[in-house]
Amino acid sequence: MDRSIFIQMNEISKTFGTIRANHNINLTVCQGEVHALLGENGAGKSTLMNMLSGIYSPDSGSIFIHGKEVHFTSPKESIAMGIGMIHQHFKLVDVLTAKENIILGQKGNFFVNQKKLAQQIRQISQKFGLEIEPDKKIYDMSVGEKQTVEIVKVLYRGADILILDEPTAVLTPQETRKLFQIINKMKEEGCAVIIITHKLHEVMEIADKITVLRKGETVGTVNKSDTTPKALTDLMVGRSVDLSIERVAVEKKERLLQVEHLTVQDSEKVHVLDDVSFTLSTGEILGVAGVAGSGQKELCESIAGLCTVQRGDIVYNGENIVGETPRDIIKRGISMSFVPEDRLGMGLVASMDIVDNLILKEYQNQKGLFIYRKPVKKKAKQIIQRLDIQTPGVHHPVKQLSGGNIQKVLLGREIDSGPQLLITAYPVRGLDIGASHVIYDLLNEQKQKDVGILFVGEDLDVLLELSDRIMVLCEGKITGIVDAKSATKEQIGLLMGGAALAEDQEVKQDD
Amino acid sequence: MIRIVKRTDVSKIKAARIRILAVVLALFTSGIFILLLRHNPLAVYSAMLQGSFGSAYRFKETIIKTIPLVITSLGIMVAFKMKFWNIGAEGQIFMGAFAASFFALQFPDLPKPLLLCLMMAAGIVGGGLWALIPAFFKAQFGTNETIFTLMMNYIALKWITYLQYGLWKDPDALGFAKIPNFSDNAILPKLFDIHIGWIFAFILIVIMHIFMHHTKKGYEITVIGESEDTARYAGMNVKKVVLTAMFISGGICGLTGMIEASAVSGTLSVEVSSGYGFTAIITTWLSGLKAPFILVVSFLFAVLLQGGSFIQTAFQIPQAAAQILQGMILFFVLGSEFFIQYKILPRQNGVEMTAEKEGK
Repeated sequence: MDRSIFIQMNEISKTFGTIRANHNINLTVCQGEVHALLGENGAGKSTLMNMLSGIYSPDSGSIFIHGKEVHFTSPKESIAMGIGMIHQHFKLVDVLTAKENIILGQKGNFFVNQKKLAQQIRQISQKFGLEIEPDKKIYDMSVGEKQTVEIVKVLYRGADILILDEPTAVLTPQETRKLFQIINKMKEEGCAVIIITHKLHEVMEIADKITVLRKGETVGTVNKSDTTPKALTDLMVGRSVDLSIERVAVEKKERLLQVEHLTVQDSEKVHVLDDVSFTLSTGEILGVAGVAGSGQKELCESIAGLCTVQRGDIVYNGENIVGETPRDIIKRGISMSFVPEDRLGMGLVASMDIVDNLILKEYQNQKGLFIYRKPVKKKAKQIIQRLDIQTPGVHHPVKQLSGGNIQKVLLGREIDSGPQLLITAYPVRGLDIGASHVIYDLLNEQKQKDVGILFVGEDLDVLLELSDRIMVLCEGKITGIVDAKSATKEQIGLLMGGAALAEDQEVKQDD
Repeated sequence: MIRIVKRTDVSKIKAARIRILAVVLALFTSGIFILLLRHNPLAVYSAMLQGSFGSAYRFKETIIKTIPLVITSLGIMVAFKMKFWNIGAEGQIFMGAFAASFFALQFPDLPKPLLLCLMMAAGIVGGGLWALIPAFFKAQFGTNETIFTLMMNYIALKWITYLQYGLWKDPDALGFAKIPNFSDNAILPKLFDIHIGWIFAFILIVIMHIFMHHTKKGYEITVIGESEDTARYAGMNVKKVVLTAMFISGGICGLTGMIEASAVSGTLSVEVSSGYGFTAIITTWLSGLKAPFILVVSFLFAVLLQGGSFIQTAFQIPQAAAQILQGMILFFVLGSEFFIQYKILPRQNGVEMTAEKEGK
């Protein structure tokens, strides 16, 4: 093919302390190419891209953009070379309009030529098939619209190399399809697109070439036509893995939790949960799907007694637990773990060691004024062994462990408390495939012990395979509860977008 | 060009060496300043040491200055561990001293042990309640505790000023604005010629160390300091812990006030806190919020204070010059934290650093 090379990165290395984030990485991206960067967490994808966008500079190696060697010292220089990065977390000013966000930080006259600007934006959106309302405020926009604004922003700045960092994590399947159309359009227009992701089916759908990173090194670059998802996974993980998740069957089922008309308001009196009703049985995994921020957090927190319930009942084992303190609810055998985006904020204390973290929920059961760590130390050793937690010792601060091991500590503690109801939100957030499967196995193990599990997840494929039923939330409302065995991803996608379920599709609830 | 690399494996010895180097550099930099004042820095420094160790009397004075620093630092430590930035130790000292003085002045003839116990209890409650006010507003409405506690200092100071110049003014002092001296029964006894505050300081170090590391409350305070969300998830009553911790923090500072009023000034006055409430913020921070180190750091700062007031008379250098040395040390030691966490390497292109090959 006779296409010019847009990006060439040679033997790039970058070290943080003793951690080798990138080691002699090579990457070549041509004009009109969609290049997927695939790798588990911590494989060095983001580090590599941050060097391309001028946030970090490499310790060694060289970068050529459009055939010219560059040494970026700031993102500004990178933008000037036509590189535009769209971060996972949008960098937009909420109270400004799309138009204002697009010209933000740009050099220009004191007065903005509104007409010309609107025209330019229109031109760009027509060229790439982007739908955008220039005068709409960001806070009125859906996630998909915000992303479009981000894309227009970098295109307006003249980027012909686009880097998208996990762009589909926050999108519904429908929005994802739209994004892929846009990406294809860009490709046709001669841009180069790099997409960072760990979702294999997306890679197979959109990418032309795929570079797989593992532990900071390039494992290989392949053409999409020459590979399969299975082969890519094996490359990513470095060994052969079984991708399927087991759905264990549990016979005896009793009703454990019944939530009725649950309504929760946030501080601005907006209904973050609106008339939510559902049931959960023992030995059942009820998956919760929804675009981020659809009320998942409030649902978990209201059951755990951490947020004020405006209206409705939460009946657990026949008793209404609304209004009880978090402590009482923990004592009833309800365990809640929520892995937030920063992965450490809730549930664990970063600077404390494993022992002090394990003691967190049970120290209050100890008698007297003093805290006894000895019995917990023994337990810590057991959990480390059982869950295969990689740590130099029980007295090692958890923040120095890797993400997977941190989450194992968290889930290990919750399971160890012997709960009857296990609420877990995003337990595999940011984990690689191997570690995720350990977590799924743990959940299945609990299910077999007749524990009722409320599993809030991001990945629809996982939800479909692991759950018995899936409840879909959209803007605080339940748009449907479907049987995971028969539901399809498209169906759930529509529900996530707010479409109501047709009557006959609704799963009969067991009441 | 240079680049900054995070250190991951700093041994304690190396960290200590960097900190000591920082102190040496601080002395050196202050030396330049002293030279500009046309004095010999070495002579000034040795005079400072003489001023704090040179005689039994001077050494005693140094110890007397160490005691309030240690106790106040222990109080501040509790709050800081919770990331509650209690800048109000000064006010809590005043209010503790005020409450203790109330009993000393009202019941001067009570038996000594009883009166002293009453005064101590009053000091603790006085300082504790004073600290409870900002804690309540923080817990209930999320107010900024730094500003709040700071402002409370001035209210306390002005209240004591009012007492000294108004309500409690000694009518027998010939118009001189002072509060009457305490009766003998209200004065702390001495052991080894130093008031027994030093025993309190030692006992408190042990108690606070155990409290922070081996009690449920101490654990809760640490967890809340790290992450309030996590504490809530674990079912802790965050508000209650914040209030309790601040009562303890203020209470300990209040005890300082009682000791200073009873053993050092012999009465209540606007000078009773001598700025210990502010200096103790520095010593607490430099000790890394660890009770045993508080003793060491407080002693070193007491040497600076005592030596500083000595060179004032010996060299006619204003005491402010000694305070510059204090500030300089704080500046350098805080700055050295950067070098403990990071190292600076020359930038090299195309060549890999052998030093970094080790590790994973």
